[in-house]
Amino acid sequence: MSLMLEISHIDVFYGDVQVLWDVSFEVKKGEIVALIGANGSGKTTTLATISSLLRPRKGSVTYEGAPIHTRAAHDMVSLGIAHVPEARRLFPEMSVKENLLVGALAPEAKKARPEMLEKVFTIFPRLKERENQAAGTLSGGEQQMAAMARGLMSKPRLLMLDEPSLGLSPLLVGEIFRVIQEVHEQGVTVLLVEQNVFKTLSIADRAYVLENGRVVLEGTGKDLLANDHVKKAYLGL
Amino acid sequence: MSLLELSDVTKRFGGLQAVGHLSFRLEKGEILGLIGPNGAGKTTVFNVINGYYAPTGGEIRFKGERIDGKKPHEVCHLGLARTFQVVKPLARLSVLDNVMVSAFAKTSDRAAARTVALESIAFTGMDSWRDQPAGSLPLGMRKRLEMARALATKPELLLLDENFAGLNPSEVDATMGIVRKIHGSGVTILVIEHNMRVIMSISHRVLAINYGEKLAEGTPEQVANDPKVVEAYLGVAHA
Repeated sequence: MSLMLEISHIDVFYGDVQVLWDVSFEVKKGEIVALIGANGSGKTTTLATISSLLRPRKGSVTYEGAPIHTRAAHDMVSLGIAHVPEARRLFPEMSVKENLLVGALAPEAKKARPEMLEKVFTIFPRLKERENQAAGTLSGGEQQMAAMARGLMSKPRLLMLDEPSLGLSPLLVGEIFRVIQEVHEQGVTVLLVEQNVFKTLSIADRAYVLENGRVVLEGTGKDLLANDHVKKAYLGL
Repeated sequence: MSLLELSDVTKRFGGLQAVGHLSFRLEKGEILGLIGPNGAGKTTVFNVINGYYAPTGGEIRFKGERIDGKKPHEVCHLGLARTFQVVKPLARLSVLDNVMVSAFAKTSDRAAARTVALESIAFTGMDSWRDQPAGSLPLGMRKRLEMARALATKPELLLLDENFAGLNPSEVDATMGIVRKIHGSGVTILVIEHNMRVIMSISHRVLAINYGEKLAEGTPEQVANDPKVVEAYLGVAHA
Protein backbone atom coordinates (compact mmCIF):
# COMPACT_ATOMS: atom_id res chain seq x y z
CA MET A 1 0.00 0.00 0.00
CA SER A 2 1.30 3.44 -0.86
CA LEU A 3 1.85 6.15 1.68
CA MET A 4 -0.96 8.70 1.84
CA LEU A 5 -0.21 10.84 4.85
CA GLU A 6 3.06 11.25 6.67
CA ILE A 7 3.39 13.22 9.87
CA SER A 8 7.05 13.74 10.55
CA HIS A 9 8.50 14.95 13.87
CA ILE A 10 5.98 17.72 14.50
CA ASP A 11 6.02 20.05 17.50
CA VAL A 12 2.79 22.03 17.97
CA PHE A 13 2.13 24.83 20.44
CA TYR A 14 -0.83 26.85 21.69
CA GLY A 15 0.90 30.12 22.47
CA ASP A 16 3.79 29.13 24.72
CA VAL A 17 2.34 25.78 25.68
CA GLN A 18 3.70 22.84 23.76
CA VAL A 19 1.03 20.24 23.07
CA LEU A 20 2.67 17.87 20.56
CA TRP A 21 6.24 16.70 20.95
CA ASP A 22 8.08 15.17 18.01
CA VAL A 23 4.99 13.32 16.80
CA SER A 24 5.47 11.05 13.80
CA PHE A 25 3.09 8.58 12.18
CA GLU A 26 1.81 7.55 8.81
CA VAL A 27 -1.39 6.51 7.09
CA LYS A 28 -1.27 4.28 4.03
CA LYS A 29 -3.83 4.49 1.26
CA GLY A 30 -6.82 2.27 2.05
CA GLU A 31 -6.13 1.94 5.77
CA ILE A 32 -8.19 2.69 8.84
CA VAL A 33 -5.73 4.22 11.29
CA ALA A 34 -6.76 5.18 14.81
CA LEU A 35 -5.29 7.63 17.30
CA ILE A 36 -6.09 6.78 20.87
CA GLY A 37 -5.07 8.46 24.11
CA ALA A 38 -6.34 10.14 27.26
CA ASN A 39 -8.11 13.45 27.37
CA GLY A 40 -5.58 16.18 26.68
CA SER A 41 -3.09 13.84 25.04
CA GLY A 42 -3.15 15.78 21.77
CA LYS A 43 -5.43 13.78 19.45
CA THR A 44 -7.68 16.66 18.41
CA THR A 45 -4.63 18.92 18.08
CA THR A 46 -3.06 16.40 15.73
CA LEU A 47 -6.11 16.41 13.46
CA ALA A 48 -6.20 20.22 13.55
CA THR A 49 -2.56 20.32 12.49
CA ILE A 50 -3.18 17.97 9.55
CA SER A 51 -6.06 20.26 8.52
CA SER A 52 -3.68 23.24 8.70
CA LEU A 53 -5.83 24.87 11.37
CA LEU A 54 -2.61 24.87 13.40
CA ARG A 55 0.96 25.14 12.13
CA PRO A 56 3.69 22.87 13.41
CA ARG A 57 6.65 24.85 14.76
CA LYS A 58 8.91 22.01 13.73
CA GLY A 59 8.44 18.99 11.44
CA SER A 60 6.23 18.42 8.42
CA VAL A 61 2.94 17.00 7.21
CA THR A 62 3.13 15.34 3.80
CA TYR A 63 0.01 14.28 1.89
CA GLU A 64 0.23 12.27 -1.33
CA GLY A 65 3.88 13.21 -1.61
CA ALA A 66 3.57 16.98 -1.14
CA PRO A 67 4.02 19.06 2.03
CA ILE A 68 0.70 20.52 3.19
CA HIS A 69 1.58 22.10 6.53
CA THR A 70 2.33 25.39 4.78
CA ARG A 71 -0.99 25.45 2.92
CA ALA A 72 -4.23 27.14 4.01
CA ALA A 73 -6.92 25.16 5.82
CA HIS A 74 -9.45 25.75 3.00
CA ASP A 75 -7.06 24.09 0.53
CA MET A 76 -7.33 20.79 2.39
CA VAL A 77 -10.83 20.03 1.13
CA SER A 78 -9.87 20.29 -2.54
CA LEU A 79 -6.83 18.12 -1.81
CA GLY A 80 -9.27 15.40 -0.75
CA ILE A 81 -9.05 15.70 3.03
CA ALA A 82 -12.29 15.97 5.00
CA HIS A 83 -12.24 16.72 8.72
CA VAL A 84 -15.37 15.92 10.73
CA PRO A 85 -14.77 17.85 13.93
CA GLU A 86 -15.55 16.90 17.50
CA ALA A 87 -19.04 18.05 18.52
CA ARG A 88 -20.24 18.16 14.91
CA ARG A 89 -20.28 21.94 14.30
CA LEU A 90 -23.30 21.97 12.00
CA PHE A 91 -25.01 25.20 10.96
CA PRO A 92 -28.04 24.88 13.27
CA GLU A 93 -30.39 27.26 11.45
CA MET A 94 -29.74 25.74 8.03
CA SER A 95 -31.56 22.68 6.78
CA VAL A 96 -29.92 19.28 6.70
CA LYS A 97 -29.68 19.47 2.92
CA GLU A 98 -28.09 22.94 3.03
CA ASN A 99 -25.54 21.70 5.54
CA LEU A 100 -24.70 18.84 3.20
CA LEU A 101 -24.36 21.15 0.18
CA VAL A 102 -21.90 23.29 2.14
CA GLY A 103 -19.72 20.18 2.25
CA ALA A 104 -19.41 20.31 -1.53
CA LEU A 105 -18.19 23.80 -2.36
CA ALA A 106 -14.95 22.97 -4.14
CA PRO A 107 -15.47 23.04 -7.94
CA GLU A 108 -15.06 19.31 -8.49
CA ALA A 109 -17.30 18.38 -5.56
CA LYS A 110 -19.87 20.98 -6.64
CA LYS A 111 -20.25 19.28 -10.01
CA ALA A 112 -20.82 15.95 -8.28
CA ARG A 113 -23.42 17.30 -5.82
CA PRO A 114 -26.50 15.40 -7.05
CA GLU A 115 -24.59 12.12 -7.23
CA MET A 116 -22.97 12.59 -3.80
CA LEU A 117 -26.23 13.69 -2.22
CA GLU A 118 -27.85 10.51 -3.42
CA LYS A 119 -24.91 8.50 -2.13
CA VAL A 120 -24.93 9.96 1.38
CA PHE A 121 -28.72 9.57 1.57
CA THR A 122 -28.23 5.89 0.75
CA ILE A 123 -25.74 5.57 3.61
CA PHE A 124 -27.87 7.68 5.98
CA PRO A 125 -31.55 7.18 5.02
CA ARG A 126 -32.54 9.05 8.19
CA LEU A 127 -31.06 12.25 6.75
CA LYS A 128 -33.16 11.93 3.60
CA GLU A 129 -36.27 11.80 5.81
CA ARG A 130 -35.14 14.99 7.49
CA GLU A 131 -33.52 16.85 4.60
CA ASN A 132 -35.62 20.00 5.01
CA GLN A 133 -35.48 20.12 8.80
CA ALA A 134 -33.20 22.67 10.56
CA ALA A 135 -30.00 20.86 11.57
CA GLY A 136 -30.20 22.29 15.09
CA THR A 137 -33.42 20.36 15.73
CA LEU A 138 -31.89 16.96 14.95
CA SER A 139 -31.15 14.56 17.78
CA GLY A 140 -27.52 14.03 18.74
CA GLY A 141 -27.19 10.87 16.69
CA GLU A 142 -28.73 12.46 13.62
CA GLN A 143 -26.42 15.46 13.97
CA GLN A 144 -23.40 13.17 14.03
CA MET A 145 -24.67 11.46 10.90
CA ALA A 146 -25.17 14.85 9.22
CA ALA A 147 -21.62 15.91 10.15
CA MET A 148 -20.18 12.72 8.66
CA ALA A 149 -22.35 13.07 5.58
CA ARG A 150 -21.19 16.68 5.13
CA GLY A 151 -17.61 15.47 5.26
CA LEU A 152 -18.35 12.83 2.61
CA MET A 153 -19.97 15.39 0.28
CA SER A 154 -16.50 16.73 -0.57
CA LYS A 155 -15.60 13.32 -2.09
CA PRO A 156 -12.64 12.91 0.25
CA ARG A 157 -9.86 10.40 -0.22
CA LEU A 158 -8.90 10.85 3.44
CA LEU A 159 -11.66 11.16 6.04
CA MET A 160 -10.63 12.34 9.52
CA LEU A 161 -13.23 11.68 12.23
CA ASP A 162 -12.92 13.23 15.69
CA GLU A 163 -14.95 11.23 18.22
CA PRO A 164 -17.84 10.26 15.97
CA SER A 165 -19.54 8.18 18.69
CA LEU A 166 -19.59 10.98 21.26
CA GLY A 167 -22.91 11.22 23.05
CA LEU A 168 -24.63 8.49 21.06
CA SER A 169 -26.83 5.68 22.35
CA PRO A 170 -25.38 2.14 22.24
CA LEU A 171 -27.56 1.37 19.22
CA LEU A 172 -26.25 4.39 17.30
CA VAL A 173 -22.63 3.78 18.29
CA GLY A 174 -22.92 0.43 16.55
CA GLU A 175 -24.49 2.17 13.56
CA ILE A 176 -21.71 4.79 13.33
CA PHE A 177 -19.00 2.10 13.38
CA ARG A 178 -20.90 0.20 10.68
CA VAL A 179 -20.96 3.36 8.54
CA ILE A 180 -17.23 3.97 9.05
CA GLN A 181 -16.55 0.48 7.74
CA GLU A 182 -18.94 0.97 4.84
CA VAL A 183 -17.27 4.24 3.82
CA HIS A 184 -13.90 2.58 4.10
CA GLU A 185 -15.01 -0.31 1.90
CA GLN A 186 -15.93 2.25 -0.74
CA GLY A 187 -12.28 3.23 -0.94
CA VAL A 188 -11.94 6.09 1.53
CA THR A 189 -8.91 6.09 3.83
CA VAL A 190 -9.88 6.82 7.43
CA LEU A 191 -8.03 8.49 10.32
CA LEU A 192 -10.12 7.97 13.43
CA VAL A 193 -9.90 9.57 16.87
CA GLU A 194 -12.17 7.80 19.35
CA GLN A 195 -12.68 7.15 23.04
CA ASN A 196 -14.51 3.92 22.34
CA VAL A 197 -11.15 2.20 22.34
CA PHE A 198 -12.39 -1.35 22.09
CA LYS A 199 -14.59 -0.86 19.04
CA THR A 200 -11.97 1.39 17.44
CA LEU A 201 -9.11 -1.05 17.77
CA SER A 202 -11.42 -3.79 16.53
CA ILE A 203 -11.93 -2.05 13.17
CA ALA A 204 -8.53 -0.28 12.82
CA ASP A 205 -5.76 -1.71 10.66
CA ARG A 206 -3.23 0.12 12.77
CA ALA A 207 -3.28 2.51 15.71
CA TYR A 208 -1.03 4.94 17.53
CA VAL A 209 -1.24 5.73 21.23
CA LEU A 210 -0.65 9.34 22.25
CA GLU A 211 0.33 10.23 25.81
CA ASN A 212 1.07 13.80 26.86
CA GLY A 213 1.56 14.82 23.26
CA ARG A 214 3.95 12.02 22.33
CA VAL A 215 3.46 8.81 20.40
CA VAL A 216 4.29 6.09 22.92
CA LEU A 217 2.99 2.96 21.20
CA GLU A 218 2.00 1.78 17.76
CA GLY A 219 0.80 -1.46 16.32
CA THR A 220 -2.03 -3.23 14.58
CA GLY A 221 -5.45 -2.87 16.14
CA LYS A 222 -5.29 -6.49 17.15
CA ASP A 223 -1.84 -6.21 18.79
CA LEU A 224 -2.84 -3.14 20.77
CA LEU A 225 -6.05 -4.81 21.98
CA ALA A 226 -3.83 -7.47 23.50
CA ASN A 227 -1.23 -5.02 24.83
CA ASP A 228 -1.07 -4.91 28.64
CA HIS A 229 -0.50 -1.16 28.85
CA VAL A 230 -3.42 -0.45 26.51
CA LYS A 231 -5.65 -2.83 28.44
CA LYS A 232 -4.86 -1.17 31.73
CA ALA A 233 -4.73 2.49 30.66
CA TYR A 234 -7.44 2.61 28.00
CA LEU A 235 -9.70 -0.39 28.17
CA GLY A 236 -10.11 -0.38 31.95
CA LEU A 237 -9.36 -4.10 32.14
CA MET B 1 -41.78 12.12 51.10
CA SER B 2 -39.64 11.69 48.02
CA LEU B 3 -36.79 14.13 47.42
CA LEU B 4 -37.98 14.70 43.86
CA GLU B 5 -41.34 13.82 42.40
CA LEU B 6 -42.59 14.35 38.88
CA SER B 7 -46.33 13.82 38.36
CA ASP B 8 -47.76 13.62 34.86
CA VAL B 9 -45.20 16.09 33.49
CA THR B 10 -45.59 17.12 29.86
CA LYS B 11 -43.48 19.53 27.82
CA ARG B 12 -44.49 20.52 24.30
CA PHE B 13 -42.64 22.68 21.84
CA GLY B 14 -45.35 23.83 19.44
CA GLY B 15 -46.79 20.59 18.09
CA LEU B 16 -43.87 18.47 19.25
CA GLN B 17 -44.24 16.59 22.51
CA ALA B 18 -40.75 16.31 24.01
CA VAL B 19 -41.94 14.90 27.36
CA GLY B 20 -45.32 13.21 27.74
CA HIS B 21 -47.14 12.39 30.97
CA LEU B 22 -43.96 11.40 32.74
CA SER B 23 -44.14 10.44 36.41
CA PHE B 24 -41.33 9.20 38.61
CA ARG B 25 -39.89 9.63 42.09
CA LEU B 26 -36.38 9.93 43.36
CA GLU B 27 -35.73 9.06 47.01
CA LYS B 28 -33.08 10.75 49.11
CA GLY B 29 -29.76 8.91 48.84
CA GLU B 30 -30.54 7.23 45.53
CA ILE B 31 -28.67 7.20 42.26
CA LEU B 32 -31.23 6.98 39.45
CA GLY B 33 -30.02 6.41 35.89
CA LEU B 34 -31.98 8.01 33.04
CA ILE B 35 -31.46 6.35 29.66
CA GLY B 36 -33.08 6.51 26.24
CA PRO B 37 -32.34 6.98 22.54
CA ASN B 38 -30.93 10.25 21.22
CA GLY B 39 -33.84 12.66 20.99
CA ALA B 40 -35.93 10.75 23.56
CA GLY B 41 -36.29 13.84 25.76
CA LYS B 42 -33.76 13.12 28.53
CA THR B 43 -32.18 16.57 28.53
CA THR B 44 -35.64 18.17 28.28
CA VAL B 45 -36.55 16.30 31.49
CA PHE B 46 -33.54 17.96 33.14
CA ASN B 47 -34.56 21.31 31.68
CA VAL B 48 -38.05 21.16 33.18
CA ILE B 49 -36.73 19.94 36.55
CA ASN B 50 -34.21 22.74 36.96
CA GLY B 51 -36.57 25.45 35.72
CA TYR B 52 -34.92 26.12 32.38
CA TYR B 53 -38.35 25.38 30.89
CA ALA B 54 -41.71 25.47 32.63
CA PRO B 55 -43.55 22.22 31.93
CA THR B 56 -46.67 22.46 29.73
CA GLY B 57 -48.52 20.29 32.23
CA GLY B 58 -48.02 18.36 35.44
CA GLU B 59 -46.30 18.98 38.76
CA ILE B 60 -42.71 18.80 39.96
CA ARG B 61 -41.95 18.71 43.67
CA PHE B 62 -38.55 19.01 45.34
CA LYS B 63 -38.48 18.32 49.09
CA GLY B 64 -42.26 18.52 48.93
CA GLU B 65 -42.33 22.01 47.46
CA ARG B 66 -43.69 22.79 43.98
CA ILE B 67 -40.79 23.91 41.78
CA ASP B 68 -42.38 23.80 38.33
CA GLY B 69 -42.46 27.35 37.02
CA LYS B 70 -39.64 28.50 39.30
CA LYS B 71 -36.54 30.05 37.74
CA PRO B 72 -33.29 28.06 37.52
CA HIS B 73 -31.54 30.25 40.12
CA GLU B 74 -34.43 29.75 42.53
CA VAL B 75 -34.29 25.99 42.02
CA CYS B 76 -30.52 26.09 42.54
CA HIS B 77 -30.98 27.96 45.83
CA LEU B 78 -33.28 25.19 47.04
CA GLY B 79 -30.38 22.73 46.61
CA LEU B 80 -30.81 21.32 43.12
CA ALA B 81 -27.86 21.63 40.74
CA ARG B 82 -27.16 20.28 37.29
CA THR B 83 -24.44 19.90 34.72
CA PHE B 84 -24.87 20.57 31.02
CA GLN B 85 -24.29 18.17 28.16
CA VAL B 86 -23.04 20.95 25.93
CA VAL B 87 -20.52 22.50 28.28
CA LYS B 88 -20.21 26.27 28.28
CA PRO B 89 -17.57 27.35 30.74
CA LEU B 90 -16.44 30.97 30.87
CA ALA B 91 -13.65 30.20 28.46
CA ARG B 92 -11.19 32.96 29.36
CA LEU B 93 -11.55 32.59 33.10
CA SER B 94 -9.47 30.07 34.99
CA VAL B 95 -10.95 26.84 36.29
CA LEU B 96 -10.86 28.33 39.79
CA ASP B 97 -12.72 31.48 38.75
CA ASN B 98 -15.32 29.42 36.91
CA VAL B 99 -16.04 27.40 40.02
CA MET B 100 -16.04 30.53 42.21
CA VAL B 101 -18.79 32.00 40.03
CA SER B 102 -20.94 29.00 40.99
CA ALA B 103 -19.97 29.25 44.64
CA PHE B 104 -21.34 32.81 44.65
CA ALA B 105 -24.78 31.23 44.29
CA LYS B 106 -24.68 30.51 48.02
CA THR B 107 -22.39 33.20 49.40
CA SER B 108 -21.46 36.75 48.51
CA ASP B 109 -18.18 36.58 50.42
CA ARG B 110 -15.19 36.26 48.12
CA ALA B 111 -12.97 34.36 50.54
CA ALA B 112 -15.77 31.93 51.37
CA ALA B 113 -16.48 31.38 47.66
CA ARG B 114 -12.82 30.70 47.04
CA THR B 115 -12.71 28.15 49.86
CA VAL B 116 -15.79 26.35 48.53
CA ALA B 117 -14.40 26.45 44.98
CA LEU B 118 -11.05 25.00 46.06
CA GLU B 119 -12.89 22.20 47.87
CA SER B 120 -14.95 21.38 44.78
CA ILE B 121 -11.85 21.41 42.60
CA ALA B 122 -10.00 19.08 44.96
CA PHE B 123 -13.06 16.85 45.27
CA THR B 124 -13.23 16.39 41.50
CA GLY B 125 -9.48 15.87 41.13
CA MET B 126 -8.91 19.02 39.09
CA ASP B 127 -6.13 20.58 41.18
CA SER B 128 -3.56 20.43 38.41
CA TRP B 129 -5.92 22.32 36.06
CA ARG B 130 -6.86 25.00 38.58
CA ASP B 131 -5.16 27.99 36.95
CA GLN B 132 -5.75 26.98 33.31
CA PRO B 133 -8.22 29.00 31.28
CA ALA B 134 -11.35 26.85 31.03
CA GLY B 135 -11.35 27.23 27.25
CA SER B 136 -8.06 25.37 27.01
CA LEU B 137 -9.34 22.22 28.74
CA PRO B 138 -9.88 19.07 26.70
CA LEU B 139 -13.51 17.99 26.51
CA GLY B 140 -13.27 15.34 29.23
CA MET B 141 -11.90 17.88 31.69
CA ARG B 142 -14.58 20.41 30.76
CA LYS B 143 -17.14 17.76 31.70
CA ARG B 144 -15.39 17.36 35.04
CA LEU B 145 -15.36 21.14 35.49
CA GLU B 146 -19.15 21.01 35.07
CA MET B 147 -19.30 18.73 38.10
CA ALA B 148 -17.04 21.02 40.14
CA ARG B 149 -19.20 24.02 39.25
CA ALA B 150 -22.40 22.20 40.22
CA LEU B 151 -20.90 20.97 43.50
CA ALA B 152 -19.85 24.49 44.47
CA THR B 153 -23.55 25.37 44.81
CA LYS B 154 -23.77 22.77 47.62
CA PRO B 155 -26.63 20.71 46.13
CA GLU B 156 -28.73 18.04 47.81
CA LEU B 157 -29.74 16.74 44.39
CA LEU B 158 -27.36 16.73 41.46
CA LEU B 159 -28.43 16.14 37.85
CA LEU B 160 -25.57 14.87 35.69
CA ASP B 161 -26.02 15.17 31.92
CA GLU B 162 -23.59 12.88 30.05
CA ASN B 163 -20.53 13.61 32.15
CA PHE B 164 -18.89 10.43 30.91
CA ALA B 165 -19.03 11.26 27.21
CA GLY B 166 -15.63 11.75 25.60
CA LEU B 167 -13.78 9.70 28.21
CA ASN B 168 -11.89 6.51 27.55
CA PRO B 169 -12.73 3.48 29.70
CA SER B 170 -10.04 4.21 32.29
CA GLU B 171 -11.14 7.83 32.57
CA VAL B 172 -14.70 6.59 32.89
CA ASP B 173 -13.59 4.55 35.92
CA ALA B 174 -12.01 7.64 37.48
CA THR B 175 -15.17 9.69 36.94
CA MET B 176 -17.31 6.89 38.39
CA GLY B 177 -15.08 7.16 41.47
CA ILE B 178 -15.86 10.89 41.71
CA VAL B 179 -19.60 10.31 41.32
CA ARG B 180 -19.51 7.66 44.06
CA LYS B 181 -17.62 10.10 46.29
CA ILE B 182 -20.22 12.81 45.65
CA HIS B 183 -22.95 10.31 46.47
CA GLY B 184 -21.05 9.22 49.57
CA SER B 185 -21.03 12.81 50.81
CA GLY B 186 -24.84 12.69 50.96
CA VAL B 187 -25.88 13.97 47.54
CA THR B 188 -28.75 12.27 45.67
CA ILE B 189 -28.02 11.85 41.97
CA LEU B 190 -30.01 11.66 38.74
CA VAL B 191 -27.71 10.75 35.87
CA ILE B 192 -28.21 10.73 32.09
CA GLU B 193 -25.68 8.45 30.47
CA HIS B 194 -25.26 6.32 27.34
CA ASN B 195 -22.39 4.29 28.68
CA MET B 196 -24.19 1.19 29.94
CA ARG B 197 -21.20 0.04 31.97
CA VAL B 198 -21.61 3.24 34.01
CA ILE B 199 -25.39 2.97 34.27
CA MET B 200 -25.25 -0.67 35.34
CA SER B 201 -22.60 -0.15 37.97
CA ILE B 202 -23.58 3.11 39.69
CA SER B 203 -27.40 3.24 39.48
CA HIS B 204 -29.68 1.86 42.15
CA ARG B 205 -32.60 2.13 39.76
CA VAL B 206 -32.91 2.97 36.08
CA LEU B 207 -35.62 4.82 34.18
CA ALA B 208 -35.74 4.38 30.39
CA ILE B 209 -37.71 6.83 28.26
CA ASN B 210 -38.52 7.06 24.56
CA TYR B 211 -40.51 9.76 22.75
CA GLY B 212 -40.66 11.54 26.10
CA GLU B 213 -42.62 8.75 27.74
CA LYS B 214 -41.68 6.07 30.22
CA LEU B 215 -40.50 2.89 28.53
CA ALA B 216 -39.32 0.95 31.58
CA GLU B 217 -38.35 1.48 35.21
CA GLY B 218 -36.68 -0.86 37.67
CA THR B 219 -33.36 -2.27 38.77
CA PRO B 220 -30.52 -1.89 36.26
CA GLU B 221 -30.83 -5.59 35.36
CA GLN B 222 -34.59 -5.45 34.86
CA VAL B 223 -34.35 -2.43 32.58
CA ALA B 224 -31.36 -3.68 30.59
CA ASN B 225 -33.18 -6.94 29.90
CA ASP B 226 -36.50 -5.34 29.04
CA PRO B 227 -37.25 -6.23 25.40
CA LYS B 228 -38.62 -2.73 24.70
CA VAL B 229 -35.37 -1.16 25.95
CA VAL B 230 -33.26 -3.59 23.96
CA GLU B 231 -35.17 -2.79 20.80
CA ALA B 232 -35.30 1.00 21.15
CA TYR B 233 -32.00 1.68 22.77
CA LEU B 234 -29.45 -1.05 23.28
CA GLY B 235 -29.64 -2.94 20.01
CA VAL B 236 -29.52 -6.69 19.67
CA ALA B 237 -25.75 -6.97 20.12
CA HIS B 238 -26.15 -5.87 23.73
CA ALA B 239 -28.94 -8.26 24.60
